[in-house]
Amino acid sequence: MSRIERTFARLRAEGRTALVPFITAGDPHPRQTVPLMHALVEAGADLLELGVPFSDPMADGPVIQRASERALAHHVSLHDVLAMVRRFREENDHTPVVVMGYLNPIEVMGYEDFATAAEEAGVDGALTVDMPPEESHDLVQALRSHTLDLIFLAAPTSDRHRLEMIARAASGFIYYVSLKGVTGAANLVVDEVSRKLAEIRQVTDLPLGVGFGIKNAEMAATMSRIADAVVVGSALVSLIEENLNEPDKIRDKVGGLVRAMRVAMDQA
Amino acid sequence: MDKPDYRHMPDDHGHFGPYGGLFVAETLMEPLEELREAYERYMKDEAFLAELDADLQHYVGRPSPIYHAERLSRENGGAQIYLKREDLNHTGAHKVNNTVGQALLARRMGKTRIIAETGAGQHGVATATVAARLGLECVVYMGEVDVARQEANVYRMRLLGAEVRSVSSGSKTLKDALNEAMRDWVATVDDTFYIIGTVAGPHPYPAMVRDFQAVIGREARQQMRELTGDLPDALVACVGGGSNAIGLFHAFLEDEGVAIYGVEAAGEGLETGRHAAPLCAGRPGVLHGNRTYLMEDEDGQIIETHSISAGLDYPGVGPEHAWLKDIGRAQYVAIDDEEALAAFHTLTRTEGIIPALESSHAVAYALKLAREMDPRQKVLVNLSGRGDKDMHTVAAREGIKL
Repeated sequence: MSRIERTFARLRAEGRTALVPFITAGDPHPRQTVPLMHALVEAGADLLELGVPFSDPMADGPVIQRASERALAHHVSLHDVLAMVRRFREENDHTPVVVMGYLNPIEVMGYEDFATAAEEAGVDGALTVDMPPEESHDLVQALRSHTLDLIFLAAPTSDRHRLEMIARAASGFIYYVSLKGVTGAANLVVDEVSRKLAEIRQVTDLPLGVGFGIKNAEMAATMSRIADAVVVGSALVSLIEENLNEPDKIRDKVGGLVRAMRVAMDQA
Repeated sequence: MDKPDYRHMPDDHGHFGPYGGLFVAETLMEPLEELREAYERYMKDEAFLAELDADLQHYVGRPSPIYHAERLSRENGGAQIYLKREDLNHTGAHKVNNTVGQALLARRMGKTRIIAETGAGQHGVATATVAARLGLECVVYMGEVDVARQEANVYRMRLLGAEVRSVSSGSKTLKDALNEAMRDWVATVDDTFYIIGTVAGPHPYPAMVRDFQAVIGREARQQMRELTGDLPDALVACVGGGSNAIGLFHAFLEDEGVAIYGVEAAGEGLETGRHAAPLCAGRPGVLHGNRTYLMEDEDGQIIETHSISAGLDYPGVGPEHAWLKDIGRAQYVAIDDEEALAAFHTLTRTEGIIPALESSHAVAYALKLAREMDPRQKVLVNLSGRGDKDMHTVAAREGIKL
């Protein structure tokens, strides 16, 4: 059983929903990423999404774009991100880590080399935003041979046919993008998300995560009633950005929001 | 190897060999499928094609002439140089062939809002132009750096009723404008049509833009026969994203006797790394929805490009060009800023035609190529745009204040 499967099985048994924070590796400084990952786990995170910075983050809103730019100012590469996961694993062997980003850095490294290095570093899965199931065959093969999951997005615009295709290609969990737009956008409509999750459950038994637009503990609690995992990214990255001048505060601020979400979700 | 089937490329999923495809976030997959269906339906719809032909004739001014540049050919020596005069189109470049087509498609699809990205502003102007004519709301994304260096085109777009949104992310140029237009589109797909200006982007854009630009080559093939009794020996066109080049090349791909040259921007020189020549000096990767040759660093980050010509200042290139390069049907070469400027002056002084700096790259290579050829041979150059927009750039480069 993979770390991701174990985590969702445990949470299901406890009747709880996974809390999945996202941060961009290297933001605001490469030195802070591993301590921040541990802080997120201490605050109640069940699974970590670690963003791989990219020069052209086409699906991201301004908050995550700026996080990528801050990390790239320190030349953080995919190799560096994997090295951070390896260091995280020295003290944590149970929390799953999914690297999330765009395809090109993985293309340049080569699918097989990436899969080998990611497995060796202790990564559990990858989510490449700009790779739909149609183009994913070779990467899925490479990752599966190294017991890594490829996480796919589902969207409000995905029809039944597409959902079936996504379900066939996906493993680990499926990440439902809860609104039409980029990361950090507004206008989340809970009823619509709920209807779509029910539709996705007709084609898969995989856990369903919900992300894009979850800004506070209240929204996280609402989503935890209908999803298996709640993903929060831009709200956390905003806290990093607001405290760039006082990096010592970042751990507390980010940990504080995750803790508040954890409490609200467990009471929901 | 079997002869490549140029007429039936790309495949059903948008692949040109290993290139092209559909690399976008899931939210855009269904809208792109809807676009593909509409495009395939209307490209077989006689009423649509008749409307497009009428617009190209009466609004754009097609067919554009082919001009035998006799004095230029004589002074240069070697082969005869012919110019396909896309610079004489309405709005001054080939870009309008595509925006007329996509805007008609947008209207058939019931979309009321148009968005576009632009670098030098030519595609933005061509988009704002057709949006004004059809009464569609229009937003053009343009990098902050380009807004500053292409003031006149920004004003033209605003006169035409478009909103120009300055993009301050990333390198603040064309690639970032494209990112921002995609971000707009993902949130507004219900009422918005995204008019991409070149043969890049996710399927069906590379095929659709090519099909709207292919009128250039269809006309040229017939015109060269009428004018000279034969096909040209060589075609030359500049390549940024590659839409004017593919537009000229496409009708000639099966004519094995016609050599094909795409000219990239060598900027300050390929050896300096400061250029915009992914086919000559880059390597394959994935950006903006397709797999193609890119300018990237060893980590897969896209790097900034450099060219005196804003229209060639793009780190990727259309996937069909990537494929034509690999199979050897077209050759890709590069011309630097100085060579392009020299050709700009040469054509202006010998023929009274002021070319765009983009097209000047093609002219520069054609002059080199022609000198190696026989005076009975013919080189056809796509003169993709006129140089009015470049007065400030050329003057500033030469220390003249306008």
